[in-house]
Amino acid sequence: MAGKPMLHYFNGRGRMESTRWLLAAAGVEFEEKFLESPEDLKKLVNEEGSLMFQQVPMVEIDGMKLVQTRAILNYIATKYNLYGKDIKERALIDMYIEGVADLGEMILLLPVAPPGEKDAKLALIKEKTTNRYFPAFEKVLKSHGQDYLVGNKLSRADIHLVELIYYVEELDPSLIANFPLLKALKARVSSLSTVKKFLQPGSQRKPPLDQKTLEQAKKIFK
Amino acid sequence: MEARPKLHYPNGRGRMESVRWALAAAGVEFDEEFLETREQLHKLQKGKHLLFQQVPMVEIDGMKLVQTRSILHYIAEKYHLFGSDLKEKTLIDMYVEGTLDLLEMIITHPFLKPEDQQKEVVSMTQKAVIRYFPVFEKILRDHGQKFLVGNQLSLADVILLQTILALEEKVPNILAAFPHLQEFTVKISNVPTIKKFLEPGSKKKPPPDDVYVRTVYTIFAP
Repeated sequence: MAGKPMLHYFNGRGRMESTRWLLAAAGVEFEEKFLESPEDLKKLVNEEGSLMFQQVPMVEIDGMKLVQTRAILNYIATKYNLYGKDIKERALIDMYIEGVADLGEMILLLPVAPPGEKDAKLALIKEKTTNRYFPAFEKVLKSHGQDYLVGNKLSRADIHLVELIYYVEELDPSLIANFPLLKALKARVSSLSTVKKFLQPGSQRKPPLDQKTLEQAKKIFK
Repeated sequence: MEARPKLHYPNGRGRMESVRWALAAAGVEFDEEFLETREQLHKLQKGKHLLFQQVPMVEIDGMKLVQTRSILHYIAEKYHLFGSDLKEKTLIDMYVEGTLDLLEMIITHPFLKPEDQQKEVVSMTQKAVIRYFPVFEKILRDHGQKFLVGNQLSLADVILLQTILALEEKVPNILAAFPHLQEFTVKISNVPTIKKFLEPGSKKKPPPDDVYVRTVYTIFAP
């Protein structure tokens, strides 16, 4: 029997959180080894064959040491049938998740923005959410009237988007007000038994970055 | 008969160049509609041809694909540049994602402040020779094959060659310490479809110049 996937990262969301969400939603149990110091990262870097580009995230799964967030997510999504049924569905899923990733990247980097730029960056995030990304996804759901973004079936696109919606709401709960179909998608995905479990306290879902974790991450990744 | 793909982007490399490389390597002829003015971009946006109001956009097989990775994945899958099974696809994904991280530095370089540009060339050279090139040199040395994955041309070879040639334009001897990459560059350049793309008169775009940078600001500056 294959061992559980092992996630190597620091104890925070960062670039590993989308992988945690996807594994959890797929009902896959996983283990985590947390980097806590620059020495921990150095040790992993010096371990032959562990970190292809000397970076984390890294996920040990099925005898491989996968790096690069998208490669990791693509593998998991394919393995657990969350990546559409044919090339055209995959193209739609890819477009949607890349849009999610673009907005997600802005939110991810907000804590490390220079202090003078934080307000402007937050305003830009809100503007893009309201005028670019949420309308695009609301329109997709409206156009086919189905429960999920692609192929009338749960896919990684729904999981990544709902994860993003949670982060947007942490920044400003009012932003989703005018998007009823997105609200419904969030409720629907959140009530799936695997996702519901992940959303409960005590799961491996990570909280918003606090000052202490941010400082730790800065030390590890400087 | 299938219509040719149509690429929407300014007349320059930017984020569309990888797509041009991939289509060319696959032997697929394509058309281009060059964005030259802000009005043209607005027309595309108002006409709802751009899912996230951005280019690149490629009209292909009845779809309007946006997001570079979505376009590259579609082309790779359709034209058999994505390996022969999930494990090969995953290796290709990791290699492509790493290479795209390096290529990103090249894409953004012309838009840095002039006083920062030389520093960035040093930085991308260091990243190339310390982080990325050793990985691919070792892969090629270890399996002794012509192509990075599965003994056949894949997206990984195409994107790596694109990146090497772009770096060589700035730093001509950047491959000095990497004999297998030097051999790789020659061999992949001689793949017939790629050789054709590297000849004058092809749709390969020249290095970004002031005209290109000005055009981009004209079209996209807020």
